Amino acid sequence: MTWHAVIGIEVHVQLRTVTKMFCPCAIPAEGDLPNSKTCPTCLGLPGALPVPNKAAIEKVLAVGAAIGAAAPATTIWDRKNYFYPDLPKGYQISQLDFPLAEHGTIEVTTSAGTSRVRIRRAHLEEDTARLRHEKGSDGKRSSLIDYNRSGVALLEIVTEPDIRDAETARRYAEELRLLLRTIGAADAEMENGQMRVEANVSIRPSEDAPFGTRTEVKNMNSFRSVEKAIAFEIARQAEVLESGGTITQETRGWDESSETTYTMRAKENSHDYRYFPEPDLPPLAIDPAWLAGIVASIPEIPSARRARYVEQLALSEYDAAVLVGEPRAAALFEASRAADATIDAKTLANWVTGEYLRAANEGAAEPDPVQFAALIGAVSRKEINGTTGKELFAELLGGSFDVRAAIAERGLGQISDDGALKKLASEVLAANPQALADWKAGKQQAMGFLVGQAMKASKGRGDAAQLGTLFKVLLDA
Amino acid sequence: MSDLTRAEVERVAALARLGLTSDELGKLQGDLNLILEQWAHLADVDTSSVPPSAQTIVQAMPLREDTAEPSLAVDDALQNAPARSGDFVRVQAILSEEADG
Amino acid sequence: MSGESLRRATAAELRAAFQSGAATSRAVTDELFAAIEREDGVLGAWLHLRHEEARAEADRADARYATARAAGTAALNELPPLLGVPVALKDLVNLTGTPTTAGSRILEGYISPYDATIAARLKEAGAVILGKTNMDEFAMGSSTEFSAYKKTVNPWATDRVPGGSSGGSSAAVAAFHAPLSIGTDTGGSIRQPASLTGIVGMKPTYGRVSRYGIVAFASSLDQVGPFARTAQDAALLLHAIAGADAHDATSSRSPIDAALLNLPSGDAAASAIRGKRFALPKEYFVAGMEAGVERAVRDAVAALEAAGGIVEEVSLPTTEHALATYYIVAPAEASANLARYDGIRYGASKHGGGDLLNGYLETRGRGFGPEVRRRIMLGTYALSAGYYDAYYVKAQKVRTLIARDFDRIWAAGFDAIVAPTSPQVAWKFGAKMSDPVSMYLADACTLPANMAGLPGVSIPCGLSENLPVGLQLIGKPWSEAELLSISAGYEALTATAAWRAVAPHDLAKLGGGAA
Ligand SMILES: [Mg+2]
Ligand SMILES: [Zn+2]
Repeated sequence: MTWHAVIGIEVHVQLRTVTKMFCPCAIPAEGDLPNSKTCPTCLGLPGALPVPNKAAIEKVLAVGAAIGAAAPATTIWDRKNYFYPDLPKGYQISQLDFPLAEHGTIEVTTSAGTSRVRIRRAHLEEDTARLRHEKGSDGKRSSLIDYNRSGVALLEIVTEPDIRDAETARRYAEELRLLLRTIGAADAEMENGQMRVEANVSIRPSEDAPFGTRTEVKNMNSFRSVEKAIAFEIARQAEVLESGGTITQETRGWDESSETTYTMRAKENSHDYRYFPEPDLPPLAIDPAWLAGIVASIPEIPSARRARYVEQLALSEYDAAVLVGEPRAAALFEASRAADATIDAKTLANWVTGEYLRAANEGAAEPDPVQFAALIGAVSRKEINGTTGKELFAELLGGSFDVRAAIAERGLGQISDDGALKKLASEVLAANPQALADWKAGKQQAMGFLVGQAMKASKGRGDAAQLGTLFKVLLDA
Repeated sequence: MSDLTRAEVERVAALARLGLTSDELGKLQGDLNLILEQWAHLADVDTSSVPPSAQTIVQAMPLREDTAEPSLAVDDALQNAPARSGDFVRVQAILSEEADG
Repeated sequence: MSGESLRRATAAELRAAFQSGAATSRAVTDELFAAIEREDGVLGAWLHLRHEEARAEADRADARYATARAAGTAALNELPPLLGVPVALKDLVNLTGTPTTAGSRILEGYISPYDATIAARLKEAGAVILGKTNMDEFAMGSSTEFSAYKKTVNPWATDRVPGGSSGGSSAAVAAFHAPLSIGTDTGGSIRQPASLTGIVGMKPTYGRVSRYGIVAFASSLDQVGPFARTAQDAALLLHAIAGADAHDATSSRSPIDAALLNLPSGDAAASAIRGKRFALPKEYFVAGMEAGVERAVRDAVAALEAAGGIVEEVSLPTTEHALATYYIVAPAEASANLARYDGIRYGASKHGGGDLLNGYLETRGRGFGPEVRRRIMLGTYALSAGYYDAYYVKAQKVRTLIARDFDRIWAAGFDAIVAPTSPQVAWKFGAKMSDPVSMYLADACTLPANMAGLPGVSIPCGLSENLPVGLQLIGKPWSEAELLSISAGYEALTATAAWRAVAPHDLAKLGGGAA
């Protein structure tokens, strides 16, 4: 039978800040010694107090505005109480009733089209320490704690149960990541744990049937595994139900190697987190002028930008998606258009998604957008041909480089003067009588040969298309 | 509000991670019920249109600029740890339950 | 100055003597350590003494006075008021490199790796920090009997409690072991022991003094404040520790009143009482109040009236709900604040055989004493699923009503509330230990001010059965200087009263060894 899946996604993402959420410790970097980025506050020492990071709050307010969510007039933090060795205070400072953002939407495009995922809430909280498990020489098992990550600012974003298939879930996560990167709120690298995705999955026999029992799927370390794990879980639940079984509410982990989910924890024995307002922090009034300033500084969000590229610049959906999907590509595209609004958008898009991204992915330096614009302008106006353009692009990546000066000084300008080209074509034809004979004998490739010879003779500056037309006239004369 | 049963006292002690003896639990059950009795009159106070106060002298929340300050030296941070393993704090293995994010 | 006069000098007197060269900080410090050495075996006020560091601080202060004296009067007057003045810290104030136990076994052996803001400010002010004083475990108690370490006696009667939870700090000042000390007050823990030991103790407005580095009991109620033997001394200490702190989001940015440095004294102080309006809340004369206490307080009120103060009886009807409200809110916050004591990063750690859960249970079950366990249980229960609205939220709403009660008093134009601090004088050891409710009642007159965040001060106002009685003044937010000025006025009015001539026991005669 056909089952209908219902999926909700909960994401924890590390905000891009210099310091932690409630203390001035620097965010730990790759290679930091364990426990070298701690202070009384993030170690939960007796007497230490939290003071919130302004930048973290501003980033969450920006995310909220970017997804069309509402910010509360006043927010508070709450203590979420539970014991675990990675939680030094015995409570996590989180937000319960007044999240910094509520009721937004994110637009997601899949192979089946575009849909909207409603965001229930987004709030700001603190990360826990990292645990490592080891077996001592005495055979005793113990856990090792590194508090460097304790207190790092986390944004938690929870969707409504709006997602109906694994591909949409993956695309949602990708789109969220792109949005966070675009507005500079987070780097959101799933591979190194900056973004953690959890999915609530249930199935039901029809779209209007009540929700089934859900499982929570964790440990998905890439977008690919998000899609695979959810697809697996939907299939697993269907199999259980079809063979007469029932779904147990539980937390399941995704095992990357076997590509299956497994039981991590059986039904949570009803957590009692004893939330209450954090008495160490006064309420935070969200000043409207402050919020307006944050909103004004938000760049165009990916879905809006894609729509504009398609509707106003006549780019293909595909080109728009590729451009917007890479914030640095979109940035170069925008900066180039800002430098020269007359450049043909399609040509520019081709160069950015082609030459530029290829070079960037190989680690090349960023081109100066003004010079890049000059280069693409010269190409689109046929002042230089494509081959010359690529050569100049390579030089442009090397650092300070003046495209217009190079074209002028090196005489790289494309020859498109009809008289000059006619003269060139006649000379090439005269020097290659065999080509004429071939042409008369019906060998079409003679044309290509002649154009090639003419380009060679012009050091690549001839307009190939125009030369083709001229040769045809001469050959058929 | 009804009396706290022994089972509830045990549930609360477990939530608070207090390992108590049977005698201690029994004594607490008596004490807590005595105290709860003293709280009972609160239920009669009309608070239907009263907002709760988590604090009473309320400051505007000061926010911290996102500028790093030096952290503790590792040895200072760990000087009180009952068990260390290199620069890590060491604890007994976690065999049971409860983690969240 | 020397010997007994050094030991009994107030901070203000010491400053004058240090400026003139009549005494040195080192001499005072040595004298106090000698007294402690002789008497603390009986008194039991101290948990940790900083002999070496304190003497070094005293020597540095003396050097600064000497340099300034050579440079002239202006240079002397620029020195911080507490330079060279000895101070004791309640053992929940973190001070780098020294133990901080909060009176609990669970913090036995804990050495602070950082300074509380007030500790840093006292160092900056050049005060001499003598050591750390005894207290009820995690500040939970009204008699200091819940200290896991030792018994502190009342210097007025060694078979009686000094009050609590800051009993070590109040006993040390009352017994002339220090001119000044630091306490904390969550439900009365400064004012009540001040009352029971016959000294001045002030709980400032919530937010006036930073809580950073103070081991937390109940975060929305805790305030740090001074103990002293005069209002002026209390003001000097408050001035040194008060003010905005970037490490405490609840600390106030409202400016500190410079008047604290220059309270009126003598006739000027007494005449400042004239025209002041005092509210006398009838609910504070609670059932079970001792007749001698009520008599002393009413005499004090009469003295204020005689000096031109205007006293009117008022009603604070929510007072009867304050105790229950407090004993929900404070334990609820404490249950979370004390969750960090898990034996992992610090503190006494017990392995419960096998896994970590047992480690938690053993560490916390054995590490906390009975009163702390009781309050953690109460607070956990009040926050737990199914009870949160009925207890915690209800209490927070009643708290709003309590604050509104006080607001009405200020709106009516009163300058201060006058009331008893404690319904009883110091009681005998053990008298309330078996009944938590009777112990909790000891704070009935002090905790409403905590619920509303208001400043309050307790000053000696007479004796009952030869034991001190305290008069409490509660003021509007940020009115510490006003409350202490009134206190100084009352001191001036009663300077020659017969009861002022009665001193606490001479502990030296009682013998006893070192701490
Ligand atoms: Mg979370
Ligand atoms: Zn930190």
